[in-house]
Amino acid sequence: MPLRLPRIGTSQIVALAAILAINWVVSPQFFDIRLQDGRLFGSLIDVLNRGAPVAILSLGMVLVIAMRGIDLSVGAVMAICGAIAASLADTHSLPVVLAAALGAGLACGLWNGFLVAVLGIQPIVATLILMVAGRGIAQLITEGRIVTFSSPELAFIGGGSVLGLPTPVVITLALLGLTLLIVRGSALGLMIEATGGNARAAALAGIGTRLITLAVYGWCGLCAAIAGIIAAADILGADANNAGLWLELDAILAVVIGGTSLFGGRFSLVLAVVGALIIQAMNTGILLSGFPPETNLVVKAVVVLAVLLAQSPRLKGLGSSLFGRGK
Amino acid sequence: MSETAAIPGLSIDTAPLLELTGFSKSFAGFRALDRVDLTLHAGEVHALLGENGAGKSTLIKCMTGVVHRDAGTLRLAGADIAPRSAEEAVKSGIATVYQEVNLAPNLSVAQNLFLGRQPTRFGLVREGEMRRRAREVLAGFDLHIDVAAPLESYSVAVQHIVAIARAVDQSARVLILDEPTASLDAHEVEILFAVMRKLTARGIGILFVTHFLDQVYAICNRITVLRNGRLAGSATTAQLPRLDLVRMMLGRELAEATAHTGAGRAEAGPEQPAFASFEDYGKAGYVAPFDLALRPGHVVGLAGLLGSGRTETTRLVFGAAHADTGAATVDGRKVALASPAEALHLGFGYCPEERKTEGIVAELTVRENIVLALQARRGALKPLSRREQDEIAARFIRLLDIRPPDPERPIGLLSGGNQQKALLARWLATEPRLLILDEPTRGIDVGAHAEIIALIRRLCAEGMALLVVSSELEEIVTYADEVIVLRDRAHVARLTGEEITVPGILKAIAADAPASGQAA
Repeated sequence: MPLRLPRIGTSQIVALAAILAINWVVSPQFFDIRLQDGRLFGSLIDVLNRGAPVAILSLGMVLVIAMRGIDLSVGAVMAICGAIAASLADTHSLPVVLAAALGAGLACGLWNGFLVAVLGIQPIVATLILMVAGRGIAQLITEGRIVTFSSPELAFIGGGSVLGLPTPVVITLALLGLTLLIVRGSALGLMIEATGGNARAAALAGIGTRLITLAVYGWCGLCAAIAGIIAAADILGADANNAGLWLELDAILAVVIGGTSLFGGRFSLVLAVVGALIIQAMNTGILLSGFPPETNLVVKAVVVLAVLLAQSPRLKGLGSSLFGRGK
Repeated sequence: MSETAAIPGLSIDTAPLLELTGFSKSFAGFRALDRVDLTLHAGEVHALLGENGAGKSTLIKCMTGVVHRDAGTLRLAGADIAPRSAEEAVKSGIATVYQEVNLAPNLSVAQNLFLGRQPTRFGLVREGEMRRRAREVLAGFDLHIDVAAPLESYSVAVQHIVAIARAVDQSARVLILDEPTASLDAHEVEILFAVMRKLTARGIGILFVTHFLDQVYAICNRITVLRNGRLAGSATTAQLPRLDLVRMMLGRELAEATAHTGAGRAEAGPEQPAFASFEDYGKAGYVAPFDLALRPGHVVGLAGLLGSGRTETTRLVFGAAHADTGAATVDGRKVALASPAEALHLGFGYCPEERKTEGIVAELTVRENIVLALQARRGALKPLSRREQDEIAARFIRLLDIRPPDPERPIGLLSGGNQQKALLARWLATEPRLLILDEPTRGIDVGAHAEIIALIRRLCAEGMALLVVSSELEEIVTYADEVIVLRDRAHVARLTGEEITVPGILKAIAADAPASGQAA
């Protein structure tokens, strides 16, 4: 089969490649990967590992945004679930710890979904409630302290490795596969796109838009829980104040960079993950370059602008009229 | 001030205040306005009537410069004018008040009246002066209210009067009222009419868009009717009885249309048992309770003017709105019809009137749009494979001749007629037992029009039950086995067999008192 660039996503992939190339210029060892104690090390692996929480968040966020919604609470939900996992880690077995944390995340997501789908509250307001309250809840769970734990099983989720790859990377890949299977393997993807594209038409076509809304927010909460567990496992503790702080914005950014419109409709799971990697590659690049980390924010803004410009249909029209269309 | 209110039917000899000649406008090949003329005299209320899509809004937009017309001249008091925006139109003396009041609800009445032209001194707004003048202006309409209170604290009628006062106070000579009474109750309508009479007494010409015929006969001197973008006729109210008016709005070639009467209905045979029936089914403030029986191979047409409750009836039947009285029975079993999803599982299909906002999902492909309802019925866990989807899409694209025949094209890029065909395909793919079509031929080209009518007849012959809303009475007469006539959100007459003629339907629509003894 001839190699073809995907119909959509070219700009994201080019952007990621460009940033990786810049990172390579800034730090010539960027692509060096070495195997040590059965685990891969290197800046590139670091990008994947550090980018995992946002990538996982974006897997839930992309579906919410495709439904023409938004979830501002994922950062706070990360903090809640991280706090639960950390508090239980040394006293309960791993399955109990995971079930409690994941259950809390699912409950948070369903709460958001209930507010949006059943009570009809605007998503940005509905999820703002949990964004504010969630961090308070997390602090109540940790009783205002930074809870640390020493359970090696839980620590493995943040710092271990599977087949040489860091566990968070493996979890991200597995979750991407699972989400693809659920959403694209069933007709859910089509129904989500139809609902996001035209909710009234979708409802009149017989699609249970409420149930799907509920399910999608629930999934988003579940993804936030997984990201929260990884973040807590990574630092062997839960910091209710800072865990997942502002990550909801990174997740939204990743989805937008991935080409999903905030007006809902068409979405791409893979490109949302690529978007998360673009963000993390920038973060890492700036750290490697020795620039002060503050510049990160400005550079991030510039890259986002560049990607959005590249996606803009107006600019595309201009480009094709200027350069013709090679086919 | 003397109460020299304009008397309906009064003949007017004065020179025309506003003259429109040869207004034409096309949107992407669709002729929205075709050489329309209109003459408005000073001191008259002139009704502009027409069904949905007749071109009323386009005409108003072309007059006020919101939309640029392709051809036509506009003369105000004998001088050519060419406003290029709503503001320019106001400056030259043409003001418009829309159904939705375009004011700032949280600002005070006085601020709304003088927004953008507040009296100032040294660059500061003179609040006291503004309020004094606001009270003065409103007193001219016998409206004595606290002008410092926010606009939203008053009723919609008062808000309308404030909007009118604002428009007129900006030296308007022509006032266009676009369905101002749609959200007013009877008392509020009277208040509005009093205001309109005061304005006409001042010599202002009012162009009044409404779909309430009673109001036309209560206040208007002259009527202009548009139909399918063309001038259907213009006459003084006294010269145009209600029946003729309805005929002008709906009917076209009466003699030719009546020839269709009874065609294909002769061999009706014994009545089949109803697939779905509705008894005393209704919703307060939506549609009065009605009885309806839908049989296999039987077409029920819903006729009536805009806003008469046709669309509302279809939404109740499909479960998109919920009845608060009555019972629905499908296949002899009582059903709840709580949602479209439920109706879909019962074998109902529904093509809504608002194709763009309620029908298509514009960015999805033709294929995805076609399989949507079938997929919804199977549930998310039983996806149609890509091959099945391709087959279904290809089959219906061929069957209905959807163009361009590309299943992967976003449906938003197709023409109206082809979008409509794709929506029909969406429901035909579910093999429905009852298909509800709300204005299936609206806004589509002639070729597609004929194809859709042929399709309706074919589906009926194949034993599907159909419930069809159409403003095209000739059309209804050709395929309906039973016509239900609606007026003021109630089913007022039921015509069957030989009774189904265009004049018969017109008569039922225009009847002053509710027709009795018609329902079986």
